[in-house]
Amino acid sequence: MTTTTRIFSRRAALALGLALLAAACAKSPSELDGQLAGGAGGAGAATPGSAQDFVVNVGDRVFFDTDSTSLNTEAQTTLGRQAQWLALYPRYTVTVEGHADERGTREYNLALGARRAKAAQDFLVARGVASTRIRTISYGKERPVALCDQDSCWAQNRRAVTVLNAGG
Amino acid sequence: MRKLVRTLFAALTALAALAAAAPSSAEITININGGNIQPLPIAIPNFVGGADTAAVGQQMAGVIAGDLQRSGLFQVLDQASFVDRITDPNAVPNFQNWRAINAQALVSGGIVRAADGRLQADFRLWDVFGGTQLAGQQYFTTPENWRRIAHIIADAIYERLTGEKGYFDTRIVFVDESGPKGNRVKRLALMDQDGANVRFLTNGRDLVLTPRFSPTSQQVTYMSFGTSEPRVYLLNIESGQRTLVGNFPNMTFSPRFSPDGNSVVMSLEQDGNANIYAMPIGGAPARLTNTAAIDTSPSYSPDGSRIVFESDRGGNQQLYVMSAGGGNANRISFGNGRYGTPVWSPRGDLIAFTRQSGSGFAIGVMKPDGSGERILTEGFHNEGPTWAPNGRVIMFFRDSGGPNGGPQLWSVDLTGRNEQRVPTPNFASDPAWSPLLK
Repeated sequence: MTTTTRIFSRRAALALGLALLAAACAKSPSELDGQLAGGAGGAGAATPGSAQDFVVNVGDRVFFDTDSTSLNTEAQTTLGRQAQWLALYPRYTVTVEGHADERGTREYNLALGARRAKAAQDFLVARGVASTRIRTISYGKERPVALCDQDSCWAQNRRAVTVLNAGG
Repeated sequence: MRKLVRTLFAALTALAALAAAAPSSAEITININGGNIQPLPIAIPNFVGGADTAAVGQQMAGVIAGDLQRSGLFQVLDQASFVDRITDPNAVPNFQNWRAINAQALVSGGIVRAADGRLQADFRLWDVFGGTQLAGQQYFTTPENWRRIAHIIADAIYERLTGEKGYFDTRIVFVDESGPKGNRVKRLALMDQDGANVRFLTNGRDLVLTPRFSPTSQQVTYMSFGTSEPRVYLLNIESGQRTLVGNFPNMTFSPRFSPDGNSVVMSLEQDGNANIYAMPIGGAPARLTNTAAIDTSPSYSPDGSRIVFESDRGGNQQLYVMSAGGGNANRISFGNGRYGTPVWSPRGDLIAFTRQSGSGFAIGVMKPDGSGERILTEGFHNEGPTWAPNGRVIMFFRDSGGPNGGPQLWSVDLTGRNEQRVPTPNFASDPAWSPLLK
């Protein structure tokens, strides 16, 4: 899973702004996560600068180790692409949603999700995104996207998701 | 709930004792601290009623029987085994006929409609082998409150035979969960402790979490997501009025009332850290912790002098106790795993918690100094303990896992015995037990 994501991410980086070329890769993220892009179709339709472009070609989320808020190399790469994209499309503001997996207690996970969102926000700010464009929110363990009782699912739920706000 | 208080009158032991006193050494009692509890056989015939109250009399006996049976301390005898009936609740029973089925205690009761339309309920508790009356009381209530009278009678029986206060005339506020696991609809819900009279307090539009009762049970403090930051609110149960607690720019969460009901203690998230604040109702906030760590799940000692909370300041989630005014905190959890959601017992003697370790999620208790840790139940996922007001029973939620699984409410005795599923209409989590109703 991790390997697939990484390969895809590298390709996606090359495809930044060239949405049509990304068509071949389009299935990967939706295989990873059925929730992506609200069920939108392949990336072939992703208009540069659109929300779908952001989700499919940039990557809207980063993942964390258990009980960790550290951004690994892959997460930093994704957030770097997000910062580049947001620089190209300054009309967007974003909300970074921090999430935890279900293997923790409710209150702690709310705080952990907030920390993860903050870690992603800090990285984006360090890469030049104005902090006023970024709001954060934590959902704790309330919104899992992968539902099995194994780490393969929990790993997908430990995430920070950058959501483009309406008005873009 | 204030309305209930007005309409509920108890004439304490208004009934004359009809039977001769037996030597006190012969009196039946239940030692609930014993290692091996033998449930006490008790007969609970239907309350005797007239044409318009007999059905309620039967239902009341059922509610009392349910309460006592679920406590694990009583063996409610099957009415089909009875060889005698109660026809006059005010007459001395024929003890011989109740000894014959080995009932040690007998409850006789009557229910009639008083001239003003209210229900009048009388009950007597009998020591079958001693041949004595142990308790007797009379209550008046509006007809729709018959369940509360049944719970109050069950509490009186429990208290008379165990020497401990009962916990049946209480409510549970919890989070009702419906919809798919990835996008649950959560509503605040209120019910009697036995699962009856479920009432929804929010409509499910906003995600709501961690409701907790005020000491008068008239208000609930909880966290709600809405269109702005997720924040802590107060909800008046009777009026439905909702008010924001404090005026903070960021997320507030994990609220709980102080024992005097005058303030709410909760966490405020700021720059990725969570610190604990006390919010006097209508007053200015007082910051109680100031660390670059997650400090949350605060819970007051019943005398209001101390607060137990969880913090990862030492590297991972552990329990700490500090003065109610903040300041130095002492770590009290040192076992294997991570500790969270501490709740101080209403008796003050223990702290219940969730422990997460390699063997899963457990509910346990320890003394406020951290000694005497005991695990009461353990499994895939048990979380969020709350105490019955007498400090003998703990309710929590248990999730069986699986993509279609979800949380359900359970209770367990302080002994670790007598696990009971608490009925709810849907999946349910975050239970909070009310004090005894007034």
